[in-house]
Amino acid sequence: MSAFRLSAGPFDTAALRAALANPGSGGFASFEGWVRDHNEGQRVTRLEYEAFAPLALREGERIIAEARERFGLSGALCVHRIGALELGEIAVWVGAAAAHRDEAFRGCRYIIDEVKHRLPIWKKEHYENGHSGWVNCERCATAPAHAGHDHAVASKA
Amino acid sequence: MQRDKAALEYAGQTQLARAVALLEPLVARTFVSVRADQLADPQRARYERIADALPDLGPIGGIHAALHAHPRSAWLVLACDLPFLDAATLQQLIAGRDPRRVASAFRSSHDGKPEPLCAIYEPESLAQIDARIAAGKLCPRDFLASADAALLTLRNPRALDNINTGEEYRDAQARLGGAQQGAALGGGTAGPAVRPAALTLQIQYFALLREQAGRSTETVSSQARDARELYRELRARHGLLLEPEQLRVAVNEEFADWSQPLRDGDNVVFLPPVAGG
Repeated sequence: MSAFRLSAGPFDTAALRAALANPGSGGFASFEGWVRDHNEGQRVTRLEYEAFAPLALREGERIIAEARERFGLSGALCVHRIGALELGEIAVWVGAAAAHRDEAFRGCRYIIDEVKHRLPIWKKEHYENGHSGWVNCERCATAPAHAGHDHAVASKA
Repeated sequence: MQRDKAALEYAGQTQLARAVALLEPLVARTFVSVRADQLADPQRARYERIADALPDLGPIGGIHAALHAHPRSAWLVLACDLPFLDAATLQQLIAGRDPRRVASAFRSSHDGKPEPLCAIYEPESLAQIDARIAAGKLCPRDFLASADAALLTLRNPRALDNINTGEEYRDAQARLGGAQQGAALGGGTAGPAVRPAALTLQIQYFALLREQAGRSTETVSSQARDARELYRELRARHGLLLEPEQLRVAVNEEFADWSQPLRDGDNVVFLPPVAGG
């Protein structure tokens, strides 16, 4: 069973937790990312996730292997939704089990943080006002050496 | 020469020429903010230029360079990717300017936040911008939001809409009675002395790039030697508006370097900024 999965529909978190149960583990930490009704001051009505699946699966496995190695986890799983999601749905689930709680918490945190930054997954928000936008693709969220300024005209007022 | 937003044409005029024409009647002098490597670009060389003093900071680097070049002047800073901007909006900004504040700007009609690239920066903003750059805070919108800036409500709420997708660009051209030509500077690269055999490449597009390209996949025949050259070609062909600096590259389903040589049959994906979780 792969440790990182993409899911096109809702999934059973109890089964994921049960799959991590292990007599040698004294701690289990999980994180659920939920679809929220607002972002950056706008009312969000629904989301879409799109993934470059082969690379996302490969990179997701690497992240979990890193977390297991780094924090000595006895097990870890992560599932990320793709496709259309409604408010309140689970967009991403992470579970980490370890001998002690500190490793479990830190391993779980590592996985979700890396997932957000490294996986080729994109989120489109649909807003109440009918607009929509790809998160992190606006002018300010771009990489440093980029658009906008090199074309800007500055002038003394 | 690669296509860029400054070179997009509306009604037969590049955005840069349009922006300068709007500004000139209203201000003492007009300059074009450039990266050091753009100083000789013929499109920009027609104007007085100010090159970034600090590289790779994005828009705030241009504002920083202008304030340092003439630290006792107030600066009206304008992005070139504002095809709907009109003289009345600039006049409103100048009339509504409060020189006792560090800056004067419009609130976005979409999210209410300050619009940093159609704004007046007073000389007093220089020290604060220096401090923010030193702290690694490079978003000019965040600067205006946290600074004591005067914020104005746009009388023309669409004046600062900008262009993020090819569809929006075609839309804007139609609304502005635009040129048939997509860009003043499209294509135009000289071939190498000995042309390599063309490669057949599979391209996949995701998210914002998929929307800008108007397709999810395509097979192309290309002379590109690496991903950088390939993106330049595809950008010109489809009017892609994301800068290469905003993207990562994957070749054959693995992250790759922009300069990794391409081989016949490679699958290439340009990855827009990600947002999982």
